[in-house]
Amino acid sequence: MGDPQVFATQYYQAGADELLYIDSVASLYQRNNLHDIVRRTVEHIFIPVTAGGGIRSVEDVRQLLRVGADKVAINTAAIHHPQLITEVSRTFGSQCMVLSIQAKQIGKEHWEAYTDGGREHSGKDVIEWAKMAEKLGAGEILLTSIDKEGTRTGFDIGLVKAVATSVSIPVIASGGMGNTEHLIDVVKLGAADAVAMASVLHYRNCDFPMIRQAAIAENVPVRHLRMDSSS
Amino acid sequence: MNPIVTVVDYGVGNLLSVTRAFTYCGAEVILTDDPSIIRDAARLVLPGVGAFADGMLSLQQRKLVDVIQLFAKTERPLLGICLGMQMLMDSSEEFGFHQGLGLIPGKVIEIPKVGQNGVPHKIPHIGWNLLQKPVHQPDWQDSLLTGVALGSASYFVHSFMAMPDKQQHRFADTNYNGQIIPAVIRSGNIYGCQFHPEKSGDVGLKMVKNFLQL
Repeated sequence: MGDPQVFATQYYQAGADELLYIDSVASLYQRNNLHDIVRRTVEHIFIPVTAGGGIRSVEDVRQLLRVGADKVAINTAAIHHPQLITEVSRTFGSQCMVLSIQAKQIGKEHWEAYTDGGREHSGKDVIEWAKMAEKLGAGEILLTSIDKEGTRTGFDIGLVKAVATSVSIPVIASGGMGNTEHLIDVVKLGAADAVAMASVLHYRNCDFPMIRQAAIAENVPVRHLRMDSSS
Repeated sequence: MNPIVTVVDYGVGNLLSVTRAFTYCGAEVILTDDPSIIRDAARLVLPGVGAFADGMLSLQQRKLVDVIQLFAKTERPLLGICLGMQMLMDSSEEFGFHQGLGLIPGKVIEIPKVGQNGVPHKIPHIGWNLLQKPVHQPDWQDSLLTGVALGSASYFVHSFMAMPDKQQHRFADTNYNGQIIPAVIRSGNIYGCQFHPEKSGDVGLKMVKNFLQL
């Protein structure tokens, strides 16, 4: 795709509200070189940064925070050791602990959580897992639909709504955004608290002014970028 | 010469982004937990995320409580960010009752769990929210908020909020589903921000620059 630092800087300057840096196959390959990438990527970025991929311990989290991440997204290790959620949240605050859920639909209104970049079953029901993670101390949920990810055909609104209305912590909808209508739908119909997007930006199907304008037109709250003349 | 800002490193939270924001705005940053350096600082920043009791305990263990209290009396600029702001208060109700630094009268309380309309809303309060003036309409000129437009958005992430006893100490508020949350508090040259200026894009960097001019 290209250098993450270039994308990150570009998106920051264009008005992204937050940056997610996820190495989605880190657990699969047992790799852990996020630190260097995060360190370089966030140097001149003054918005929140969430890093994820292959995080296995409180110590991994500490190191990522040290190089500039504000939050961490954990999936695989949290499923194998749910107490990690509590440990991270107790040590660094729940605001830091983003539970990443990779959800695959396995029946009507029924989704299963997957691990290792969406490759392995966990047997966990997504909604039950989300509720449990909230109790364990997760501060946010990054909810990715495996079925929709990369398709640019819209979010899995049923999934997002089922999770967002089952927990009282913010839910970030991820996977499937192809146009601005998708974003409006997942917020209005899916009750998403935030929306994550990747390929739609990387491949320039959408840009931030377009997204912001569409959101404002539909009364979806986005950050108002006000450039004051005296600044 | 570059302005020097001393950031209290008491072992909690991500100090890198605070440091980077100040460096980016032209400051020389000293990161320290040394009481004598903190006592003599030209400008002091008290950052921090996490639980109130842990933060205060870390300050106590490093013998920094008296030092910061004495610093605040010098009228040199002091900025508390997030937990650093909350610790400026007398006390907190987060997981029990805990004494704070007592630099601005008031206490730290839970964000109400429902919006004004009675509908439950998400806690922690995470995200970008707009700055507005409290009812007494404080003048933002020549302050941390010089040149910051009303309605500017900054980045919040918190479950508790610092509530000053006196209206005059409220310098900017934000509205979370109808619940008014103090966003910036001020007493003389002591400031506290509930949001993270170092994570609030250009608006936040503007405040960082302003702090260096105080």
